[in-house]
Amino acid sequence: MKHLPVMNQAADPGESACSRRQFASIAAAAAAGFLLTACGPRRLREMPKARLRQALDEMEREYAAKRGMAVQVADTPPMPDVLFGYALDLSRCIGCRRCVYACVEENNLSRDPQLHWIRVLQMEKEKGVDFRHADPYYAPAEVPEEGHFYVPVACQQCRNAPCVKTCPTGATWMEPDGIVVIDYDWCIGCRCCMAACPYGARHFNWAEPRIPAGELNPATHYLGNRPRPNGVVEKCTFCIQRVRKGRYPACVEVCPVGARKFGNLLDKDSEIRYIIENKRVLVLKQELNTLPKFFYFYAT
Amino acid sequence: MKRLALPGVLLVALAALALEDAPPSKPIPTPPPRAGAGGGEEHPEVPPPPFSEGIFPCSGCHADMKVNRTRRPLTEMHDDITLRHDEEHRWCLDCHDANDRDWLHLASGERVPFEESYRLCGQCHGEKLRDWRAGVHGRRTGDWNGHKRYLLCAHCHNPHKPRFQALEPKPAPLPPRRPGSEP
Amino acid sequence: MIFAQRFARFVEGSLRLVLQGNGLYWAWIAFLLALIGSGVAAYAAQVGAGLALTSMRDPVSWGFYIGNFTFLVGVAAAAVVLVIPAYVYDWKPIREIVIIGELLAVSAIVMCMLFVMVDIGQPLRFWHLIPPWGHLNLPSSILAWDSVVLNAYLVVNFVVVTHILYRAFCRRHYEKRLVVPLVLLSIPMAVGIHTVTAFLYNGLAARPYWNSSILAPQFLASAFCSGPAILLVVLQLLRRFTRFEIQDQAIWKIAELMAYAMFLNLFLHGVEAFKEYYSDTEHLLYTQYWFQGLGEHRTLVPYAWTAVALNLAAFFLFILPAARRNPLTLNLGCLATYSGCYIEKGMGLIIPGFTPDTLGEIYRYAPSITELRVAAGVFAVGFLVFTLMLRVAVPISLGEFQDEEGSLVTGTAPAIA
Repeated sequence: MKHLPVMNQAADPGESACSRRQFASIAAAAAAGFLLTACGPRRLREMPKARLRQALDEMEREYAAKRGMAVQVADTPPMPDVLFGYALDLSRCIGCRRCVYACVEENNLSRDPQLHWIRVLQMEKEKGVDFRHADPYYAPAEVPEEGHFYVPVACQQCRNAPCVKTCPTGATWMEPDGIVVIDYDWCIGCRCCMAACPYGARHFNWAEPRIPAGELNPATHYLGNRPRPNGVVEKCTFCIQRVRKGRYPACVEVCPVGARKFGNLLDKDSEIRYIIENKRVLVLKQELNTLPKFFYFYAT
Repeated sequence: MKRLALPGVLLVALAALALEDAPPSKPIPTPPPRAGAGGGEEHPEVPPPPFSEGIFPCSGCHADMKVNRTRRPLTEMHDDITLRHDEEHRWCLDCHDANDRDWLHLASGERVPFEESYRLCGQCHGEKLRDWRAGVHGRRTGDWNGHKRYLLCAHCHNPHKPRFQALEPKPAPLPPRRPGSEP
Repeated sequence: MIFAQRFARFVEGSLRLVLQGNGLYWAWIAFLLALIGSGVAAYAAQVGAGLALTSMRDPVSWGFYIGNFTFLVGVAAAAVVLVIPAYVYDWKPIREIVIIGELLAVSAIVMCMLFVMVDIGQPLRFWHLIPPWGHLNLPSSILAWDSVVLNAYLVVNFVVVTHILYRAFCRRHYEKRLVVPLVLLSIPMAVGIHTVTAFLYNGLAARPYWNSSILAPQFLASAFCSGPAILLVVLQLLRRFTRFEIQDQAIWKIAELMAYAMFLNLFLHGVEAFKEYYSDTEHLLYTQYWFQGLGEHRTLVPYAWTAVALNLAAFFLFILPAARRNPLTLNLGCLATYSGCYIEKGMGLIIPGFTPDTLGEIYRYAPSITELRVAAGVFAVGFLVFTLMLRVAVPISLGEFQDEEGSLVTGTAPAIA
């Protein structure tokens, strides 16, 4: 019967100097190879402008080949002195969900499997803003229903975003104009950001996204509504493809009761500033200190 | 003289008080609109008022008609309009100018065109008017950093029956399902 | 070069060892290969169709894969339960067997990495995590830290184990100045890997069930009883099937340490339950979902109480010296510990953290067939790696697989039956 002698034995120093030198030279060669093959930044965030435009042109070609129609992938940069803010009037929203579907069309969201960036929660007036008893699946014949109010929730574009903090590869970050964006070609689909988001605002492509032919919106932005691949995360980008050109997000324009407001927080004359300064404004889950740029208010 | 001093002062004080309470002889001027600070526009550019087909100009019929100021339900014309807007206290001619039906009028008698009907609504709905000018009330389209498009109150709210009708909601989202489970 | 020739002899000898065995050995290998094959096929389907083949959806975005990952990081950390008595206290009975714990750690880390690979939506992009081609979002991303410390722990354990075994194969002593510092380093590293893994959950303010300070200590406590549970079974099997001698004292001491770890585990769960139920805030919902269900949503309740019962039973079995020494109760205790901790760390951690979700939705998660097949395949890979490493390590330890000058002497393969 034998037992293990090796654990209790140690070696003398000075042995096998030969093999140590060999190992060192192999390691040096490996390190050199390391550096040589690191041929420039791959993340879209770090790419120099010219290379980025090349990459986007390549994307346009791929989309055209795959979808049989011309798709523009814009690289509109953020405007200076702009920080976007959004305000939603809880006294007006009637829960009609037109915003949800306008977003689906504008932002090329997958129809099958169904993916929505906006979720409208029906809540009871008696209980107030109470997520435990919120119902996103309400389907009455008409809205608003008696005794209920509606809270649409999408990405809050937090200034202290937990998703940006947790992403292991740096695939999501906040742009200078305040929009939290995702590099769909860098995201590895680990879904840390989804666990971190307190608002359920980030959505995953569990399967290949499908958009019916003829419903694709070809005016896209590389950080926004360009068609996404399978296995990556996506979310509301404040319609980056529209707002960086001065237009309102699609949800703001479609809302039939004018419950949605949008503008530049740094412009003292904007309606968003007027709301923050004059109305009773709240943010969701304020105690989590996410500092959202999406505000809820009561106009009346 | 000294004995008249106190009553004299009292008289002057009373007179001053009395003069202050006297009704003004001319209308109180309206304060100028605030510039900047979310004040928005004084006279925003708006699309044409949403008249029913062929109804305007009203003077087409009313120019030749006798004015009847008696409060009554209308039977010969405009009987398709149901007034549900403080109808207990008001009727048509409280907003429509009796002498010229192509205009509306404010409580002071001042006439306003249909293109500025918001000034009429704003008499009672002052906060809404302020919010509307700032771009906070009402449907928002246009450019956030440039030309905002405004609508008249009447474009969304029927002035005779302003309460919104309930809408049919768009479909609810599909609840998530495990693979292979029945929807 | 002599170096290369000797290494070639080592490889050749190892291959001979792993390819020699009796019927039981080959049945085990065949079983593992079958599970691996099934797992690969299921994973191929998953890569093709997308993660929709799993039961994970937006409300419950992590599930069986990450639950297993978390549990196995604990198993890897549990090597420290052997390393401390062996190297810090220089206690001979465990000193002789500590290498088995380190081999288990290596196998467990391999499984952990595989579970992360099968869970991510774009597996071919895993290199995005490896600088300089990739980018690690340090210092703020905990998963980035986790990938660093797990790889470092794997390297440390792998270097120690291969160095010791290869030197023994060369009939030389291991380099003390290399091994001892690395082994001592592996102690805080073991605590480190499981603390960082706990921080993955702990740091998420969005998930109140996890956002509790005791999560990291509780992870360690449950790791230090569940990991050695596997070890005890493996050690008994080695005793039964090889000439490897393991003293009873070593086994009983490990079982005793497991009892203390289980006590801590139960205590920490208890204090967490107190805080939730006594404070009675809305955060109680998640704990309630686990132990009582919410309304008609009661899927996990039987599992919750089974885990509690198993953990309590394991504690009592291991705290009584007589029960530790009886092989039947010892193994029952190991089984109870492993199952109890597996349930509580897998289902009891991940799913209640997501249920209800941030907007109040309750989604009934249960692993799909794809997930079960892939997970079984990953476990089989880990067991295979462990088996093959033991197949080489045990003969080396017994002095039966050594390099004679110029010729290959492997001795007879250790008797299995």
